[in-house]
Amino acid sequence: MLEVTSLKLSDAGETCLDDVTIRFEPGQLATVLGRTLAGKTSLMRAIAGLVRPDAGTITLDGTDWLPLAPWQRPVAMVTQQFINYPHLSVLDNVAFPLVRHGLARGEARERAREMLGRVGLADFADRRPGRLSGGQQQRVAIARALVKKAPVLLLDEPFVNLDYKLREGLREELIEILRRETGTIVIYASTDPREALQMGDRVVLMSEGGVVQAGPPREVYAAPASVAAAGVVSDPPINLLSLDVAPGRLTVAGLGEIAPAALGRSLAPGHYTLGLRAHDLRLGGPYKTRVALTEVSGSETVTHLTLAGLNLVMLERIVTLHALGATIGVSLDLGKARVFDAAGNLVANGTAHG
Amino acid sequence: MNRTTYLALKYLAVLVWSAFVVLPFLWMLTTSFKTANGVTGGATWVPWLQYEPSMAGWKSLFGGPGGINIVRPYINSVVVTLSASALSLALGTLAAYGLSRFTFRAGPIRNGDITFFFISQRIMPPIVLAIPFFLMLKTLGLLDTLPGLILVYVALLLPIAVWVMVDFFNSVPRGLDEMAWMDGCTPIITFFRVILPNAVPGLVVAGMFCIIFGWNDFFFAFTLTFTKTQLLPVSIVALNSSVTPWWALSAAAMVSVAPLAVLAFVVERFLSRGGLAGAVR
Repeated sequence: MLEVTSLKLSDAGETCLDDVTIRFEPGQLATVLGRTLAGKTSLMRAIAGLVRPDAGTITLDGTDWLPLAPWQRPVAMVTQQFINYPHLSVLDNVAFPLVRHGLARGEARERAREMLGRVGLADFADRRPGRLSGGQQQRVAIARALVKKAPVLLLDEPFVNLDYKLREGLREELIEILRRETGTIVIYASTDPREALQMGDRVVLMSEGGVVQAGPPREVYAAPASVAAAGVVSDPPINLLSLDVAPGRLTVAGLGEIAPAALGRSLAPGHYTLGLRAHDLRLGGPYKTRVALTEVSGSETVTHLTLAGLNLVMLERIVTLHALGATIGVSLDLGKARVFDAAGNLVANGTAHG
Repeated sequence: MNRTTYLALKYLAVLVWSAFVVLPFLWMLTTSFKTANGVTGGATWVPWLQYEPSMAGWKSLFGGPGGINIVRPYINSVVVTLSASALSLALGTLAAYGLSRFTFRAGPIRNGDITFFFISQRIMPPIVLAIPFFLMLKTLGLLDTLPGLILVYVALLLPIAVWVMVDFFNSVPRGLDEMAWMDGCTPIITFFRVILPNAVPGLVVAGMFCIIFGWNDFFFAFTLTFTKTQLLPVSIVALNSSVTPWWALSAAAMVSVAPLAVLAFVVERFLSRGGLAGAVR
């Protein structure tokens, strides 16, 4: 088990990691989900030993990793950039880590050839990486990372620089390969909530250098522990509404007073934040909104709306184009809203999941 | 402008430039086969038709009448240039890798300052260095010797090697080093196994500069030697006498330029091959 405890890291006065404590289990694919600069890469670089944390510990099965240099840590890493050794053939690239770890050249090449077969590059063994396409180069990097059979495998947005179709294909191939590597701790960083929720056995949500939630994908999606977690895990972005509760009176900023029964539960007087997912807004209803932007992707439509200074996002599972600036009526299914207290922590999880 | 006119103008420009570059060498070549009569007989190019060719100029390079044997100085120049360039490249590459990859701090001094300190050695006029070098070599008993000259030339060439290689290593992505570390290489093994094999284009450029500067230097070769050890540029000047022997000087200039011309052809092929394609996209 890889344990990261109270890890702190800053670079030139900027906080990169802020008291990160997290465990990674062998045989699990953990996806680390967060926006750019959330600390995903910093966490991986600290685990790999490429940066020295200011405080905290990293241990693998009880062994302290902090005194170990990167070349002493049993880790493999694939980065966003396709990094391979330009002066070596594809085969020797993959054999390189094995040779460095003392394996005879012949046997190293044997194993490298086998691994190249698994990533579908058997026919390209003698080429230089510079003469391959981007997707092939990244597959060489993946093969080089996998061939070591390191107990810790770090994948830092490995497919982000590839085109959409290729990304889908490679992701499936990678999951297929990883399924056979039992007992490896796999950490996969992603900025894409769908990818992270789909791939991960466990999802770790990061925001502003800290871990805001970790758990199985269904749980993390259904019950984001805080406003920050809800922001990270929701795509399209979650609608955040300000709610004031006085005895017998519920007021939502921008919407006005709402029926006390609308939330489906009673709340103590105070200030709250409602988190309402984009698909819990529906076309047709009492709230007259203005269309600010319509995006169609695949078979879905995401519409950005404004209502009395409030910005809302609505997801429809059809393809439709609302005219820019048009006024459309929508309804909000507030019964499904997640309710967060004044400190931003989840207090109630809506009546229905979805 | 249509395509034909464009091509015609392009080739004309190339032709003019080629003539500008090549004609002085042809002039040198033809002059090296002339005698005093041939040189004073106007601008003539074609031997036998326009002037009577003679080997006198070439013979004087091997101690012929009125000449000096330049074989020994030639070998000296090759030895000094190659040794000093190799040493500068070896030391400069290591220094440059350190300056490119590690952060040094000494008071207000940072990596950039150290790099500038190296190149600042070449900003001073050489005459400033001549007396210190002379005194140092004298103290070491290395005046008028090949090892002495090699040491001085290393001091002159090292800044060039460091400057070129720092620039080159800065263009090699750090991700490559980090990847090698994670593949089990210590920083020293990373340098020799991963970075150096990919630094060949930089080494070629730095080596070329070192060789050109070393080969062409006259000033230090002149001030730090007397009679025992002579380098080629000094011997060529020594060929001169009250009557300028243009034929001998031209022949000497030809043999002096030849190795650099060959080097240029070899290096040109190397440089156009392109270095780090495929390291990082």
